Amino acid sequence: MSKPKLAIFDFASCEGCQLQIINMEEEILDLMSIVNPVEWREAMSEQSEDFDIAVIEGSITRSGDEERLRRIRERAKVVVALGACATCGGVNKIMNNFNIEEAKKAVYQEASLMPHLNTSLTKAVDEVIDVDYKIHGCPIDRKEFAYIIRCLALGKNPEIPAYAVCVECKLKENICRYEQGEICLGPLTRAGCGARCPSVETWCFGCRGFIDDPNIYAAKEVMNKYGKTSEDLKDRMMLFGSKQRYIYE
Amino acid sequence: MNKKIDIHHITRIEGHGNIVVNMMDGTIDKVEWQVPEAPRLFEAMVRGRSWEDLQTVVSRICGICSISHSLTCIKGIEDAMKIQVSEQTEKLRLLTHYSELMQSHVLHLGYLVAPDLLGVKSVVPLVESHFEVVKVVIGLHRIANQWSELLAGRTTHPITFKPGGFSKIPTESQLRELYTILLNIIPDLKTLVSVLLSLADKLPDFKRDTEYVALVYPETYAFYHGSIGSTDIDKTVPVSEFESVANEYVSPQSTAKWTRWNRDSYAVGALARFNLNSAYLTPLALDIAQTFGLKSKCTNPYLNNIAQLVECAYIVESSLKLIEELLVLGLRHEVPKVKPRAGEGVGCIEAPRGTLFHRYVFDQQGICTSANLCIPTNQNHGNIQKDLEALVPKIIERSEDEIRLLMEMLVRSYDPCISCSTHYLNVEFV
Repeated sequence: MSKPKLAIFDFASCEGCQLQIINMEEEILDLMSIVNPVEWREAMSEQSEDFDIAVIEGSITRSGDEERLRRIRERAKVVVALGACATCGGVNKIMNNFNIEEAKKAVYQEASLMPHLNTSLTKAVDEVIDVDYKIHGCPIDRKEFAYIIRCLALGKNPEIPAYAVCVECKLKENICRYEQGEICLGPLTRAGCGARCPSVETWCFGCRGFIDDPNIYAAKEVMNKYGKTSEDLKDRMMLFGSKQRYIYE
Repeated sequence: MNKKIDIHHITRIEGHGNIVVNMMDGTIDKVEWQVPEAPRLFEAMVRGRSWEDLQTVVSRICGICSISHSLTCIKGIEDAMKIQVSEQTEKLRLLTHYSELMQSHVLHLGYLVAPDLLGVKSVVPLVESHFEVVKVVIGLHRIANQWSELLAGRTTHPITFKPGGFSKIPTESQLRELYTILLNIIPDLKTLVSVLLSLADKLPDFKRDTEYVALVYPETYAFYHGSIGSTDIDKTVPVSEFESVANEYVSPQSTAKWTRWNRDSYAVGALARFNLNSAYLTPLALDIAQTFGLKSKCTNPYLNNIAQLVECAYIVESSLKLIEELLVLGLRHEVPKVKPRAGEGVGCIEAPRGTLFHRYVFDQQGICTSANLCIPTNQNHGNIQKDLEALVPKIIERSEDEIRLLMEMLVRSYDPCISCSTHYLNVEFV
């Protein structure tokens, strides 16, 4: 069996998810024994028109970028969205809550009308093209990345948790953040991170995106029980959940 | 002779940048450093966000310097809300900051710069040709990341930082373990020094006098505290007045803002810090600088790489000292207690690529009402342009491949962080 060719492309993002691939350190050498990296701008100067797996980091904010993304989809057998910016729009989507022209003015002042500063609403990758797999998180977990790429190289279907961060948090016997008077997005957020933030005594801010069918009713009950409002919850949900379905329910 | 060179999206840098060179009938018509990275408008995104969520947003400006962005943000919040932090918190923050400087510098030197010096396109072929060196680089990088993870909760986008302190701190035994690990990486660091020394002649002998800007603080190679110093003037400027230093403006060739102070452009980063603060280096760091012949007032931008190597040694030596001090103090569990209040504040830090400034204004509930973020790479864009303008006429007779390589190496030596600054590399010869 020949090694599948892997290409990594980046759009609007902090490139921290690509960094997690580099952060695999020695293990990246193992992964290279089963996939062949052919293009990766942040780490390599080589470029390729021919690849099997396209890994897309970042969200899509300009029409020219949508065109580039469609070209990648046409050439790739499998498309993987890498990290929150790609899977759900990430923090970039906070911008969609504002009037873009006003937002540009806040950053660039009177120069905001210059044409090269044009940008439009932020889109997750699957709002532009079909995505086969999503690697969640901000940043992604490097072990989960290795697992998913191994599955793809072996032709297997990777299993991504469909339950909430609370499940992993309880297993770790952490004290609930609500008991500490904090607003935690653990009940609504997809697990797989090992409840990393609550384990260092910080609330979950939802970087892995919402679980498929979050129990909004139960979340509201939790808010009532701890004397918080839906508005408090929405405010924190805006970080990684702006302009997504569940934030309005 | 007509020559068109177009390096579109320079590789092995963080973010997107282009270089365009246009030569007609033997005269250089245009040398342009362009930054086409998608605008991400962070200063707008933080408006309306709570002081508690601010660092979660701004750390996402950059994956490589997320710890610097978080710390700068928290310092800005603390300045605005008059929050005092303990000596322990200051020391643990500096130790965390050092871990990021180490991972960033090793990543840049080992993965992004070394392939140029060894004449290959990426680190991938080096795995076969220079396996022992690659192993040393990977080992140093892994240790720097584990170090970040121990203190910041993870390698990227820290989760233990809070205004007023930390949500969770390491145990004394974990710090002792880190001490031993850092002590044991010094031989690996020396290996990296000897490899780079054998390749140092590949760094071009190009000089251009410019202004260097960095934090300065008495008797210190400043990374965390201080005021703004310049090689052009004797007086320093308080960080609260950073706008009068940066003088940001929008260039038509860039989605990132550019800056200028006492000249058309200035430079920040490891070489700027070295030029201003080298008197306060630690023994091994000083020894490495001397080995490479690196002296204060160095004006060769390619030697920013060597300044980064010197800093790696400084960071390890200083961290050993910090850990000793922390263990003498004895670690205490401190719970940060903060009541939000209205105010305006500035945070500043020496990020891996240079001086980073954040200014925030908060209302009485601690909601951010406005922000101004001034990023190191923005401060370097103008200087990169001026360097390219000076470099290209000197090398224009060489082959297109050589011109291309020397220009790319110049840009890479600044270790640009373009996602950061757009708020950046392709080379285009047209």
